[in-house]
Amino acid sequence: MRVALFATCLVDTVVPQVARATAVLLERLGHEVVVPPTQACCGQMHVNTGYRREAVPIVANHVRAFAGAEAVVAPSGSCVASIHHQQAMVARRAGEHALADEAQALAGRTYELSQFLVDVLGVTDVGAYYPHRVTYHPTCHSLRLLRVGDRPLALLRAVRGLDLVELPGAESCCGFGGTFAVKNADTSTAMLTDKMANVLSTGAEVCTAGDSSCLVHIGGGLSRLRSGTRTVHLAEILASTEDDVSPTQTTRPAVRA
Amino acid sequence: MTTTPQDSRAEPTPLAPGAPRSGTTFLGLPTAPRGVGHLRGTQSFPDAARTALRDGQLRANLGRATTTIRGKRAAVVAEVPHWEQLRQAGKALKAATMARLDEHLEELERQVTARGGTVHWARDATEANRIVTGLVQATGSREVVKVKSMATQEIGLNEALEAAGIEAIETDLAELIVQLGEDSPSHILVPAIHKNRSEIREIFRRTIPGVDPGLTDDPRRLAMAARTHLRERFLRARVAVSGANFAVAETGTLSVVESEGNGRMCLTLPQTLITVMGIEKVVPRWEDLGVFLQLLPRSSTGERMNPYTSTWAGVTPGDGPQEFHLVLLDNGRTAVLADEVGREALHCIRCSACLNVCPVYERTGGHAYGSVYPGPIGAVLSPQLTGVEDNASLPYASSLCGACYDVCPVAIDIPSILVHLRGEHVEAQTRPTAEAVAFRGLARVMSNPRLWHLAQRAAGLGRFLARGKPTLPAALPPPASAWTRSRDLPTPPRKSFVQQWTEEHRQ
Ligand code: SF4
Repeated sequence: MRVALFATCLVDTVVPQVARATAVLLERLGHEVVVPPTQACCGQMHVNTGYRREAVPIVANHVRAFAGAEAVVAPSGSCVASIHHQQAMVARRAGEHALADEAQALAGRTYELSQFLVDVLGVTDVGAYYPHRVTYHPTCHSLRLLRVGDRPLALLRAVRGLDLVELPGAESCCGFGGTFAVKNADTSTAMLTDKMANVLSTGAEVCTAGDSSCLVHIGGGLSRLRSGTRTVHLAEILASTEDDVSPTQTTRPAVRA
Repeated sequence: MTTTPQDSRAEPTPLAPGAPRSGTTFLGLPTAPRGVGHLRGTQSFPDAARTALRDGQLRANLGRATTTIRGKRAAVVAEVPHWEQLRQAGKALKAATMARLDEHLEELERQVTARGGTVHWARDATEANRIVTGLVQATGSREVVKVKSMATQEIGLNEALEAAGIEAIETDLAELIVQLGEDSPSHILVPAIHKNRSEIREIFRRTIPGVDPGLTDDPRRLAMAARTHLRERFLRARVAVSGANFAVAETGTLSVVESEGNGRMCLTLPQTLITVMGIEKVVPRWEDLGVFLQLLPRSSTGERMNPYTSTWAGVTPGDGPQEFHLVLLDNGRTAVLADEVGREALHCIRCSACLNVCPVYERTGGHAYGSVYPGPIGAVLSPQLTGVEDNASLPYASSLCGACYDVCPVAIDIPSILVHLRGEHVEAQTRPTAEAVAFRGLARVMSNPRLWHLAQRAAGLGRFLARGKPTLPAALPPPASAWTRSRDLPTPPRKSFVQQWTEEHRQ
């Protein structure tokens, strides 16, 4: 299958290794990956901060960038949920009905990575090897908006060498919430502290999830504490093999000199 | 709802012709007035939360209480095989009722009147307080006993009565604790949820005249102390004030759902009963209660059935109150109804399940919201009742995790309303804020691939700030500092993924 990869603005700009891992994984599974060069953002940050009118041209750019794609895959539950639940809505609200229809049609062909692997490709064992103790945080939008359920866990269980440990209080929000992390920085940090306490209680070396935004948040907190536990996106774990542990993956805790 | 906007505000981004516009901003319907009642706080949510987060006792009390009740709710909801259908039925009933709210209210008025009650219409808090105060004064009584009620908390009735020299005695145990402690409620079901047993014992020992000085913090002993204190007041009370969980239009029946039986005492012993009810509490038919009385107890206290469900219609000669007044309260509700997205907030049956699962509420507690309606439902209801600009920080007091929507027994899509109200707030600004300038600029960049790639390159230059380290320095200027005070930011890469890939695949 020819798969168009939507890197998402955050992954593309801040943690490009996650998009790379997604591409590597899909190619390894025998699919052709295309990366539309004019892609930017899904518009979620604008919509969720109240700038729904301003989000309309962003949605238009996204729809133009992926026009004609057979299937679009993104390594983010949150962005895919926004594409499903918000893009057409904001376009329609602004009276852009043609754009809304196109966005809705495109959303029908857009998948979060674990959903694409399990539901569309029908695989749970992607042939990955990752010899680490890992705990999984089911990010809120993957859990409640997309209902990815235990697909990521099924994928992780099939990874050779991986020791999966259950995360206590897994379903509590990590406190990221987009601009919430800045507008309500104190409350966000209080939520993060409890999430980190749970992550650390597992003794896992790696906390994984399907959303880089939440991982940058949790990972940023763990790094600030100089904890030895790091965050790694699900795509990076699934892309790893005996021959090729993703080269760009951070394997050291971020400790300043 | 379509509206013809007569609005002359400068619109930063013109809407396409024929675009639907939201109701509240344009219709000019009255919102809850300022200076009366408890819908507005004195601080923004982030400021109030900052203080609350440092209160270790509060955090411990709330954490314990919400965890317990979440577990109970989850267990009893899981027992009901058709919970989701029940929930959708509740939602559909509420939506249908709201669509013809005027008709149902008029029917309710007819039925209550036919059964010997008197119906009063109160436009807002001020009017409702005036009506109730007048009714109590007419009885000559200087005190009233109260059934726990959110509507009377919303309008600040106790203060209004006090100003008229009438003492209002709260009879719900938790509400009594709050009243005796000169505190304010922090939860819609358990107003004293922020207090633990030993704090309650301390309040009782300090405020209840003649209380046993050896009172312990055993819940039973505490309840007995409150009971002795209240019993005397029940027996001498001539007037009671209540709220209502439901009002059935076709039969003129009012209903109060409670756990302690104190409400039942208030509803049956006094001579005069005055019920203050938000207009959204009406349901068309008696049989509708069948749905809501299944949804409510499991969602609120985590019980299969609540201990006391009182229903009454008008007055019954020789039995119970001989005078019954129903005050129908608007106080901004019509304005909420006019907003096609926000109106769903009126479906709320005040079960408090959304508060109990909310990770923000669990940590900040209810007082941080500045309104008698805290938590997720408060964050969408208070700003709509007062007008968004009077409570502009509340729609942002959520990480949009969606836990509230999942537990809501009438499936109110609270996250979507929060996002909608953020939009209403942004669009209500007449002058561009720094944030708006930034977001508009970013929107221009994110909708133009060439500018976007330039911006990404510029962001990549941020790596020089890190001077070879894996994270950026913690001391960055605002607004980045709000992030970096507690979280590291990874050093940005030299090239974006799309850029790298495009270069690799250029033939
Ligand atoms: S919004 Fe829903 S969950 Fe929250 S109190 Fe109201 S009915 Fe209960």
